[in-house]
Amino acid sequence: MKRLILWVPLAVFVVFVGFVAIGLYAPAERTVPSALIGQTVPDFDLAPAIAGRPGLSSVSLRGNGPRVVNIFASWCIPCRAEAPQLEELARRGVPIDGIAVRDRPQDLAAFLATYGDPFRTIGADNDRRVQLELGSAGVPETFVIDANGVIRHQHIGAINPQDVPAIVAAWEAAR
Amino acid sequence: MRGFFLAAALLIATPALADSLMPAAEYANRQLPDPRKEEQAKALMETIRCLVCQGQAISDSDAEMAGDMRSVIRERIQGGETPEQVRAWLISRYGNWVTYDPPLEPVTWPLWAAPILLILAGAFLARNRFRRRKN
Repeated sequence: MKRLILWVPLAVFVVFVGFVAIGLYAPAERTVPSALIGQTVPDFDLAPAIAGRPGLSSVSLRGNGPRVVNIFASWCIPCRAEAPQLEELARRGVPIDGIAVRDRPQDLAAFLATYGDPFRTIGADNDRRVQLELGSAGVPETFVIDANGVIRHQHIGAINPQDVPAIVAAWEAAR
Repeated sequence: MRGFFLAAALLIATPALADSLMPAAEYANRQLPDPRKEEQAKALMETIRCLVCQGQAISDSDAEMAGDMRSVIRERIQGGETPEQVRAWLISRYGNWVTYDPPLEPVTWPLWAAPILLILAGAFLARNRFRRRKN
Protein backbone atom coordinates (compact mmCIF):
# COMPACT_ATOMS: atom_id res chain seq x y z
CA MET A 1 0.00 0.00 0.00
CA LYS A 2 2.74 2.45 1.04
CA ARG A 3 4.74 1.55 -2.06
CA LEU A 4 1.74 2.19 -4.26
CA ILE A 5 1.10 5.62 -2.76
CA LEU A 6 4.65 6.62 -3.64
CA TRP A 7 3.68 6.32 -7.30
CA VAL A 8 0.65 8.58 -7.03
CA PRO A 9 2.51 11.89 -7.62
CA LEU A 10 4.16 10.44 -10.73
CA ALA A 11 0.79 9.19 -11.98
CA VAL A 12 -0.75 12.63 -11.42
CA PHE A 13 2.18 14.22 -13.24
CA VAL A 14 1.83 11.83 -16.20
CA VAL A 15 -1.88 12.61 -16.46
CA PHE A 16 -1.05 16.33 -16.35
CA VAL A 17 1.57 15.98 -19.10
CA GLY A 18 -0.96 13.98 -21.09
CA PHE A 19 -3.48 16.84 -20.93
CA VAL A 20 -0.82 19.38 -21.91
CA ALA A 21 0.32 17.22 -24.84
CA ILE A 22 -3.24 16.80 -26.10
CA GLY A 23 -3.78 20.54 -25.83
CA LEU A 24 -0.54 21.26 -27.67
CA TYR A 25 -0.96 18.82 -30.52
CA ALA A 26 -4.70 18.92 -31.13
CA PRO A 27 -5.50 21.37 -33.92
CA ALA A 28 -6.80 24.56 -32.33
CA GLU A 29 -10.46 25.45 -32.82
CA ARG A 30 -10.26 28.52 -35.02
CA THR A 31 -13.90 29.19 -35.72
CA VAL A 32 -16.15 31.04 -33.30
CA PRO A 33 -19.78 30.13 -33.98
CA SER A 34 -22.52 32.65 -33.33
CA ALA A 35 -24.43 32.07 -30.11
CA LEU A 36 -27.59 33.28 -31.86
CA ILE A 37 -28.31 30.16 -33.92
CA GLY A 38 -31.90 29.18 -33.18
CA GLN A 39 -32.80 32.71 -32.12
CA THR A 40 -34.48 35.61 -33.85
CA VAL A 41 -32.29 38.04 -35.73
CA PRO A 42 -31.53 41.03 -33.48
CA ASP A 43 -32.91 44.41 -34.53
CA PHE A 44 -30.83 46.31 -37.02
CA ASP A 45 -31.34 48.67 -39.93
CA LEU A 46 -28.57 49.19 -42.46
CA ALA A 47 -28.52 51.94 -45.07
CA PRO A 48 -28.02 50.93 -48.71
CA ALA A 49 -24.36 50.21 -49.42
CA ILE A 50 -24.70 51.01 -53.10
CA ALA A 51 -26.91 53.40 -55.04
CA GLY A 52 -30.08 51.92 -56.52
CA ARG A 53 -30.16 48.86 -54.24
CA PRO A 54 -32.11 48.70 -50.98
CA GLY A 55 -30.29 48.32 -47.69
CA LEU A 56 -31.04 45.55 -45.22
CA SER A 57 -32.96 45.58 -41.97
CA SER A 58 -34.05 42.91 -39.52
CA VAL A 59 -37.67 43.81 -40.35
CA SER A 60 -37.19 42.90 -44.01
CA LEU A 61 -35.79 39.50 -42.95
CA ARG A 62 -38.93 38.56 -41.02
CA GLY A 63 -41.85 37.04 -42.89
CA ASN A 64 -40.07 37.08 -46.21
CA GLY A 65 -39.42 33.39 -46.63
CA PRO A 66 -36.11 31.74 -45.83
CA ARG A 67 -33.18 33.87 -46.93
CA VAL A 68 -29.44 33.69 -47.00
CA VAL A 69 -27.49 36.62 -45.58
CA ASN A 70 -23.92 36.86 -46.75
CA ILE A 71 -21.48 39.01 -44.78
CA PHE A 72 -18.70 40.08 -47.11
CA ALA A 73 -16.37 42.90 -48.11
CA SER A 74 -14.51 43.94 -51.23
CA TRP A 75 -11.23 43.97 -49.27
CA CYS A 76 -11.75 40.36 -48.16
CA ILE A 77 -9.78 37.96 -50.35
CA PRO A 78 -11.75 34.76 -49.51
CA CYS A 79 -14.93 36.63 -50.52
CA ARG A 80 -13.61 36.67 -54.07
CA ALA A 81 -13.14 32.91 -53.92
CA GLU A 82 -16.71 32.29 -52.77
CA ALA A 83 -18.34 34.60 -55.35
CA PRO A 84 -18.98 31.80 -57.92
CA GLN A 85 -20.67 29.72 -55.22
CA LEU A 86 -22.98 32.62 -54.33
CA GLU A 87 -23.85 32.89 -58.02
CA GLU A 88 -24.63 29.18 -57.99
CA LEU A 89 -26.90 29.59 -54.94
CA ALA A 90 -28.73 32.46 -56.66
CA ARG A 91 -29.09 30.33 -59.79
CA ARG A 92 -30.76 27.64 -57.68
CA GLY A 93 -33.29 30.20 -56.52
CA VAL A 94 -31.84 31.06 -53.11
CA PRO A 95 -32.45 34.75 -52.31
CA ILE A 96 -29.22 36.33 -51.06
CA ASP A 97 -29.00 39.52 -49.02
CA GLY A 98 -25.62 41.10 -48.49
CA ILE A 99 -24.02 42.92 -45.59
CA ALA A 100 -20.96 44.81 -46.78
CA VAL A 101 -18.54 45.30 -43.91
CA ARG A 102 -16.57 48.57 -43.83
CA ASP A 103 -16.79 49.03 -47.55
CA ARG A 104 -16.55 52.20 -49.61
CA PRO A 105 -19.22 52.41 -52.35
CA GLN A 106 -16.66 52.72 -55.16
CA ASP A 107 -14.72 49.64 -53.94
CA LEU A 108 -17.95 47.70 -53.55
CA ALA A 109 -19.12 48.62 -57.06
CA ALA A 110 -15.79 47.49 -58.52
CA PHE A 111 -15.97 44.23 -56.54
CA LEU A 112 -19.51 43.46 -57.77
CA ALA A 113 -18.55 44.30 -61.35
CA THR A 114 -15.54 41.97 -61.21
CA TYR A 115 -16.77 39.03 -59.16
CA GLY A 116 -20.50 38.99 -59.82
CA ASP A 117 -23.53 40.40 -58.07
CA PRO A 118 -26.06 37.86 -56.73
CA PHE A 119 -27.38 40.20 -54.00
CA ARG A 120 -30.98 41.36 -53.75
CA THR A 121 -30.14 43.93 -51.11
CA ILE A 122 -26.85 45.16 -49.67
CA GLY A 123 -26.64 46.89 -46.31
CA ALA A 124 -23.63 49.02 -45.37
CA ASP A 125 -22.18 47.92 -42.03
CA ASN A 126 -19.59 50.66 -41.85
CA ASP A 127 -18.74 50.33 -38.15
CA ARG A 128 -19.19 46.54 -37.95
CA ARG A 129 -21.95 47.02 -35.44
CA VAL A 130 -24.38 44.64 -37.13
CA GLN A 131 -21.69 42.03 -37.63
CA LEU A 132 -21.05 42.07 -33.88
CA GLU A 133 -24.79 42.08 -33.20
CA LEU A 134 -25.14 38.88 -35.26
CA GLY A 135 -22.27 37.16 -33.49
CA SER A 136 -20.25 36.96 -36.67
CA ALA A 137 -16.51 36.76 -36.12
CA GLY A 138 -15.19 37.64 -39.56
CA VAL A 139 -15.73 37.84 -43.30
CA PRO A 140 -17.01 35.99 -45.17
CA GLU A 141 -19.79 34.39 -43.18
CA THR A 142 -23.20 33.23 -44.32
CA PHE A 143 -26.41 32.89 -42.32
CA VAL A 144 -29.57 31.03 -43.27
CA ILE A 145 -32.62 32.82 -41.82
CA ASP A 146 -36.08 31.28 -41.86
CA ALA A 147 -39.42 32.94 -42.61
CA ASN A 148 -39.87 34.01 -38.98
CA GLY A 149 -36.49 35.69 -38.89
CA VAL A 150 -34.86 32.90 -36.86
CA ILE A 151 -31.20 32.14 -37.62
CA ARG A 152 -31.08 28.47 -38.65
CA HIS A 153 -27.59 27.94 -39.98
CA GLN A 154 -24.23 29.65 -40.05
CA HIS A 155 -21.43 28.98 -42.48
CA ILE A 156 -18.08 30.36 -41.35
CA GLY A 157 -15.50 31.24 -43.97
CA ALA A 158 -15.67 31.11 -47.75
CA ILE A 159 -18.32 28.86 -49.32
CA ASN A 160 -16.44 26.25 -51.30
CA PRO A 161 -18.13 24.30 -54.13
CA GLN A 162 -18.59 21.30 -51.82
CA ASP A 163 -20.41 23.51 -49.26
CA VAL A 164 -23.20 24.55 -51.65
CA PRO A 165 -25.48 21.49 -51.12
CA ALA A 166 -25.41 21.94 -47.31
CA ILE A 167 -26.42 25.59 -47.60
CA VAL A 168 -29.19 24.82 -50.11
CA ALA A 169 -30.39 22.04 -47.77
CA ALA A 170 -30.39 24.41 -44.77
CA TRP A 171 -32.31 26.96 -46.82
CA GLU A 172 -34.89 24.37 -47.90
CA ALA A 173 -35.21 23.07 -44.34
CA ALA A 174 -35.91 26.63 -43.15
CA ARG A 175 -39.03 26.91 -45.32
CA MET B 1 20.84 31.47 -57.67
CA ARG B 2 17.57 29.97 -56.50
CA GLY B 3 18.14 31.59 -53.13
CA PHE B 4 18.59 34.93 -54.86
CA PHE B 5 15.30 34.62 -56.74
CA LEU B 6 13.55 33.51 -53.57
CA ALA B 7 14.91 36.52 -51.68
CA ALA B 8 13.92 38.83 -54.56
CA ALA B 9 10.42 37.33 -54.64
CA LEU B 10 10.07 37.82 -50.90
CA LEU B 11 11.22 41.44 -51.22
CA ILE B 12 8.63 42.37 -53.82
CA ALA B 13 5.79 40.35 -52.26
CA THR B 14 3.16 42.49 -50.54
CA PRO B 15 1.30 41.11 -47.55
CA ALA B 16 -2.36 40.28 -48.15
CA LEU B 17 -4.33 43.01 -46.44
CA ALA B 18 -6.99 41.77 -44.07
CA ASP B 19 -8.26 45.23 -43.20
CA SER B 20 -10.58 47.63 -44.96
CA LEU B 21 -9.68 50.98 -46.44
CA MET B 22 -11.94 52.88 -44.06
CA PRO B 23 -10.64 54.83 -41.08
CA ALA B 24 -10.69 53.23 -37.62
CA ALA B 25 -13.91 53.44 -35.61
CA GLU B 26 -14.43 56.56 -33.55
CA TYR B 27 -13.49 55.17 -30.14
CA ALA B 28 -11.14 52.42 -31.33
CA ASN B 29 -8.04 54.33 -30.27
CA ARG B 30 -9.53 57.29 -28.42
CA GLN B 31 -10.34 57.38 -24.74
CA LEU B 32 -13.68 58.36 -23.30
CA PRO B 33 -13.79 61.91 -21.90
CA ASP B 34 -14.92 60.65 -18.48
CA PRO B 35 -11.83 59.03 -16.88
CA ARG B 36 -13.94 56.84 -14.60
CA LYS B 37 -15.86 55.38 -17.53
CA GLU B 38 -12.67 54.98 -19.54
CA GLU B 39 -11.18 53.03 -16.65
CA GLN B 40 -14.21 50.71 -16.60
CA ALA B 41 -14.08 50.25 -20.38
CA LYS B 42 -10.32 49.58 -20.30
CA ALA B 43 -10.69 46.96 -17.56
CA LEU B 44 -13.43 45.24 -19.55
CA MET B 45 -11.46 45.34 -22.82
CA GLU B 46 -8.54 43.60 -21.14
CA THR B 47 -10.78 40.59 -20.49
CA ILE B 48 -12.47 40.39 -23.90
CA ARG B 49 -10.94 38.08 -26.43
CA CYS B 50 -10.14 39.26 -29.93
CA LEU B 51 -12.13 37.28 -32.49
CA VAL B 52 -9.66 37.41 -35.37
CA CYS B 53 -6.35 37.44 -33.46
CA GLN B 54 -7.29 34.66 -31.10
CA GLY B 55 -5.29 34.55 -27.91
CA GLN B 56 -5.04 38.33 -27.59
CA ALA B 57 -7.29 40.63 -25.64
CA ILE B 58 -8.94 43.32 -27.74
CA SER B 59 -7.11 45.97 -25.68
CA ASP B 60 -3.78 44.59 -26.99
CA SER B 61 -4.77 43.98 -30.58
CA ASP B 62 -4.15 46.08 -33.66
CA ALA B 63 -6.72 44.12 -35.68
CA GLU B 64 -9.40 46.31 -37.18
CA MET B 65 -12.15 44.18 -35.71
CA ALA B 66 -10.66 44.56 -32.23
CA GLY B 67 -10.73 48.33 -32.77
CA ASP B 68 -14.39 48.15 -33.76
CA MET B 69 -15.12 46.11 -30.64
CA ARG B 70 -13.29 48.63 -28.44
CA SER B 71 -15.32 51.41 -29.99
CA VAL B 72 -18.63 49.63 -29.39
CA ILE B 73 -17.64 48.81 -25.79
CA ARG B 74 -16.63 52.42 -25.08
CA GLU B 75 -19.86 53.73 -26.61
CA ARG B 76 -21.99 51.32 -24.58
CA ILE B 77 -20.19 52.25 -21.35
CA GLN B 78 -20.51 55.91 -22.30
CA GLY B 79 -24.24 55.31 -22.81
CA GLY B 80 -24.59 54.15 -19.20
CA GLU B 81 -24.26 50.37 -19.42
CA THR B 82 -22.22 48.61 -16.76
CA PRO B 83 -19.18 46.57 -17.85
CA GLU B 84 -20.97 43.37 -16.82
CA GLN B 85 -23.96 44.26 -19.02
CA VAL B 86 -21.63 44.77 -21.97
CA ARG B 87 -19.89 41.48 -21.21
CA ALA B 88 -23.25 39.71 -21.04
CA TRP B 89 -24.18 41.19 -24.42
CA LEU B 90 -20.95 39.91 -25.97
CA ILE B 91 -21.44 36.47 -24.39
CA SER B 92 -24.98 36.35 -25.81
CA ARG B 93 -23.43 36.83 -29.28
CA TYR B 94 -20.23 34.77 -29.12
CA GLY B 95 -20.63 32.49 -26.12
CA ASN B 96 -18.26 32.26 -23.14
CA TRP B 97 -15.44 31.96 -25.61
CA VAL B 98 -15.28 35.73 -25.92
CA THR B 99 -14.46 36.44 -22.28
CA TYR B 100 -11.26 35.70 -20.39
CA ASP B 101 -13.29 35.83 -17.20
CA PRO B 102 -15.75 32.96 -17.71
CA PRO B 103 -18.80 32.82 -15.46
CA LEU B 104 -19.17 30.04 -12.88
CA GLU B 105 -21.15 27.29 -14.59
CA PRO B 106 -21.37 23.49 -14.41
CA VAL B 107 -18.72 23.24 -17.15
CA THR B 108 -16.35 25.74 -15.58
CA TRP B 109 -16.58 24.92 -11.86
CA PRO B 110 -13.49 22.63 -11.93
CA LEU B 111 -11.45 25.74 -12.77
CA TRP B 112 -12.33 27.17 -9.38
CA ALA B 113 -12.57 23.91 -7.46
CA ALA B 114 -9.29 22.36 -8.66
CA PRO B 115 -6.94 24.71 -6.72
CA ILE B 116 -8.95 24.26 -3.52
CA LEU B 117 -8.99 20.47 -3.92
CA LEU B 118 -5.24 20.44 -4.61
CA ILE B 119 -4.52 22.54 -1.50
CA LEU B 120 -6.67 20.21 0.59
CA ALA B 121 -4.86 17.16 -0.81
CA GLY B 122 -1.52 18.84 -0.12
CA ALA B 123 -2.51 19.67 3.45
CA PHE B 124 -3.60 16.08 3.97
CA LEU B 125 -0.28 14.74 2.66
CA ALA B 126 1.73 17.22 4.73
CA ARG B 127 -0.21 16.36 7.87
CA ASN B 128 0.51 12.66 7.49
CA ARG B 129 4.14 13.38 6.84
CA PHE B 130 4.64 15.59 9.90
CA ARG B 131 2.86 13.08 12.07
CA ARG B 132 5.28 10.38 10.95
CA ARG B 133 8.27 12.61 11.78
CA LYS B 134 7.09 13.00 15.39
CA ASN B 135 7.19 9.27 15.92
